[in-house]
Amino acid sequence: MYDERHVLVIFPHPDDEAYGVSGTIAGQIAKGTPVTYACLTLGEMGRNVGNPPIATRESLREIRKRELFEAAESMGLEDLRMLGYRDKTLEFLDDGVLKQLVLNLIDELNPSVVISFYPEHGVHPDHDATSAAVRDALAEIDSTKRPRFWGIAITKDDPEIEYSVKPFINQKISTIKAHDSQFGTMFREYEKRYLAGEQEVSERLENERFHVYSFDDE
Amino acid sequence: MKEIVKQDVQTIIDRYATKNVYLHLETTNGAYASHFDQSFFSASAYIRNASVTYKQGKIQGQGPYRVGLELEIGWIYAEGLTHYVINENDEFILMGLNYEGKIAVTLQLSEQPFQHN
Repeated sequence: MYDERHVLVIFPHPDDEAYGVSGTIAGQIAKGTPVTYACLTLGEMGRNVGNPPIATRESLREIRKRELFEAAESMGLEDLRMLGYRDKTLEFLDDGVLKQLVLNLIDELNPSVVISFYPEHGVHPDHDATSAAVRDALAEIDSTKRPRFWGIAITKDDPEIEYSVKPFINQKISTIKAHDSQFGTMFREYEKRYLAGEQEVSERLENERFHVYSFDDE
Repeated sequence: MKEIVKQDVQTIIDRYATKNVYLHLETTNGAYASHFDQSFFSASAYIRNASVTYKQGKIQGQGPYRVGLELEIGWIYAEGLTHYVINENDEFILMGLNYEGKIAVTLQLSEQPFQHN
């Protein structure tokens, strides 16, 4: 775990933080680092509604909001920002809207690192719209003052940064479990494999990985 | 929310006929469909809070069901519907859940606009 001044995490959906970053968030908070998690939507267009179904298209919003609060509590996170955009619409927003939002957050919080998805490697259009906004915002900041940009990549191998979050594995598992409507069925099975000591699962859960985004002027 | 009872849904469709209602209609196969299977052609569509008035409408099929609503100058149609509810906000929600229990299609009607940011 690195020493940071302030960690700013920006994702489009409640639960985007769970598998890849919740150990880092919990760990940084345990170290006393201020952490802000800005979540752009409430994932209200998700397809998972529990099986058997516990939600409808209309109730999913409130359910996922509650789950996000519970996830924040699991990580010890106090500065949770819900930005209120609508799921699956981010790439269609007017030019510069999200970039400005990111610039405002950076201006206010002065983070030493911003964590989001890695540009163009997020698969989901909301992921890529979010990471593009982070990239474009950071590109506007003078390179001597620019926070580092760490991205989670879904379609890119060999992350430059990888470290253990094992001391915070309980918080991480609670965070994943908090998003019950999304991960419930799947994670119950996965957790069993983890508790049974399966190597591959431990490897996945106990480590977090980031690609470092490099700007042209660096 | 419960599994569709055809006659109940038909009664509700009749109740909203000729009224000005707000429509939410979507189909979705998920943003990861083509990522997990490159041969899968990902396609979906979505409209929220369209203001419509239909003359009459029907539910058809043996389950999953189809619903068609006849407008003055057009049609609204959804296929693959399995579940329905009228929720606490008096919104009529029809959903189609696929074999994994995930939303594949929704058709919703309400006299008040659906939640919007």
